[in-house]
Amino acid sequence: MKLTLAALATTMMVATPALADLIVPNMSYRTGPYAANGIPYADGFADYFTLLNERDGGIGGQLVQVPECETAYNTEKGVECYESLRTQNPLVLNPLSTGITYQLIPRISQDGIPLYTPGYGRTSAKDGSVFEWVFNAPANYWDGASVAVKHILEQEGGDLSGKKIALVYHNSAYGKEPIRTLEELSEKHGFELNLLPVDAPGQEQKSQWLQIRRDRPDYVIMYAWGVMNQVAIQEAVNIRFPMDKFIGIWWSGSENDVRAAGAGADGYKALTFHGVGRDYPLYDDLQQYVYDAGKAAGAGDQAGSVLYSRGAYAALVIAEAIAKAQELAGTPEITPAQMRDGFEALEITAERMAELGLPDFGAPIALSCQNHGGDGLARVQQWNAGEGSWSLITDFIEPDAEILDPLVQEDSAAYAAEAGLTARCN
Amino acid sequence: MDQFIFGMEVVMNGLMTGVMYALVALGFVLIFKASGVFNYAQGVMALFAALTLVGIQNGQVPFAHLINATFGTSLHHFGWTVPAVLAVALTALVMVLLAFLIEKLVLQHLVGQEPIILFMATIGLAYFLEGLGDVMWGADIKTLNVGLPQGISDGIEEVTATWFGYGFFIDRLDLWATLIAAMLVAALVAFAQYTKQGRAMRAVADDHQAAMSVGISLRFIWVMVWSIAGFVALVAGIMWGTKSGVQFSLSLIALKALPVLMLGGFTSIPGAIVGGLIIGVGEKLFEFTIGPMVGGATENWFAYVLALIFLVFRPQGLFGERIIERV
Repeated sequence: MKLTLAALATTMMVATPALADLIVPNMSYRTGPYAANGIPYADGFADYFTLLNERDGGIGGQLVQVPECETAYNTEKGVECYESLRTQNPLVLNPLSTGITYQLIPRISQDGIPLYTPGYGRTSAKDGSVFEWVFNAPANYWDGASVAVKHILEQEGGDLSGKKIALVYHNSAYGKEPIRTLEELSEKHGFELNLLPVDAPGQEQKSQWLQIRRDRPDYVIMYAWGVMNQVAIQEAVNIRFPMDKFIGIWWSGSENDVRAAGAGADGYKALTFHGVGRDYPLYDDLQQYVYDAGKAAGAGDQAGSVLYSRGAYAALVIAEAIAKAQELAGTPEITPAQMRDGFEALEITAERMAELGLPDFGAPIALSCQNHGGDGLARVQQWNAGEGSWSLITDFIEPDAEILDPLVQEDSAAYAAEAGLTARCN
Repeated sequence: MDQFIFGMEVVMNGLMTGVMYALVALGFVLIFKASGVFNYAQGVMALFAALTLVGIQNGQVPFAHLINATFGTSLHHFGWTVPAVLAVALTALVMVLLAFLIEKLVLQHLVGQEPIILFMATIGLAYFLEGLGDVMWGADIKTLNVGLPQGISDGIEEVTATWFGYGFFIDRLDLWATLIAAMLVAALVAFAQYTKQGRAMRAVADDHQAAMSVGISLRFIWVMVWSIAGFVALVAGIMWGTKSGVQFSLSLIALKALPVLMLGGFTSIPGAIVGGLIIGVGEKLFEFTIGPMVGGATENWFAYVLALIFLVFRPQGLFGERIIERV
């Protein structure tokens, strides 16, 4: 946990970075109803850059400044943050909110500032020929839906005909993202899809879970966030829904989401696009250069948690893109446009991940002008309530490109027509 | 036939949910009844009470992060845990202290001001309490366990399975909430009707000036009412916090109380209960019958629509006092 006061102090301290520094803002939410999730992510994001500054002297000899701006997971505040941060010449922004992302896409496209939205935001931004400034590797919401269905297929011996799958989702732009994909997959594999929206914030879900109890779906997939996660898992426990048939997207798969339900949550599954826990060599360096040095963000008590790992992973991808941009530009002092070029030439191999101290943590990423979203691989993790930890139970699973690629093309083409954009990358 | 039986299950669950809404609405009613103030901070009081309860129960050091950041210490827990009953009692005392401070620092300075000024003060209070809760106890999600059972009631499932061929789902936590709410309402009604302080509270509610002229201390009544509202907030915080864990979105449960108040009236304790039950059953039945035709997720808005319909015919709510002002 990091206090509001401390966040404010940090913001003030780093509000006026030196001109030559690399500016990578941390658009965080440490206050409000979603703070419990925002804090570990922001800490992981900040700690990774602190490590690079302390251990390596930054990236390419340039220190990374991480000015923090509190969005409270509120779209209006997020836009205000953007207006304030853009005057500091940021290289890239990571708003950690689909709502804020949708609002920022037209703005950053006009201002020429890259937006990095790993695992969230507008799915069709994967199409770099339309969304020049947006990157959403390594995976997006539609990839998640497809990977969940592939996992279910594997569990059911490759045949889903006659099966019922229910989607319990946050009744918002985010929660509705997988519907089209699941409808297409339902047609392809012959399963019946039931849609169960839950209004935000999701503290009351009795109607939805009574329906699940009546309909008895074979599997439940969940796209939720914040309190909706804890309540849904508790309600599933209450109606004795088998936890190993309940699969959440990666935003429904942190320790916060399962702990409140106690032992009943044992066996709950969630998708993830990165490893879990502290059992990686990177943590030795974090311990030495960040935690022991008293330079950890917040209270320093989030290391190794799911959302901390995700924040650190986002920072890692950005850092690798900066290094690539510096290499291409031939100078360590890069511009946002060069940062975009760095992203488009980004390649993070399994060997590189091992060099960075995170072997087998994330799938290889290779981006291009056309492909801003990577291959969309994700794996399944399962909660062990007794040990209070997640375990990875599958390898990385590829999403169904046959279904997803046309959907991405269709949606990005619609956006291009609406915004009057001409496709690039020819 | 199946739909009818499912509908009965939905109605029963709606009633239980309504009780949970009523628990939140009760706190609003108490303060509005005694002082004419719509307490915007009631939801945050439920959050603050639940945070304090978990903190005391787990032996958490309050303001630990602030202390550690200032003095370079590493304090987090005292190293003991407190039994649930004692922790609830200690939290109730904290809520009494909070009521005293609110009266001393906020309300006392606003005596005689327009209700809208007092309302604005409670908005400020809500933000202050939310920040204070964060600084005192941290923003992480806390598991609340005071020994209340959760999960399906096997007895009801078996009985209904025998009667209807389909076992109903009723959450044991909801059954406890109903029992506790019934006891709470009975105690509040008895207090208001049969005790000297209760009668003084009603006198203040009727007319501040007249009550003061016969020697009733407005300050004492306000501290008492805010203390009772704090205790009701604690009960609501326990019930909702047990379900979702104690987290900052708990303050949003106030949104569920507003249609209940509009429907039941801002000044009636039985109105809060009946209003809660009508909203609970109404929204669940609407979701069950009409929801699938309109894409679902109707509960939030339907509760307000239902309350608005009632407002058209009874602006003072079902049990509210009809106000006649002569000009």
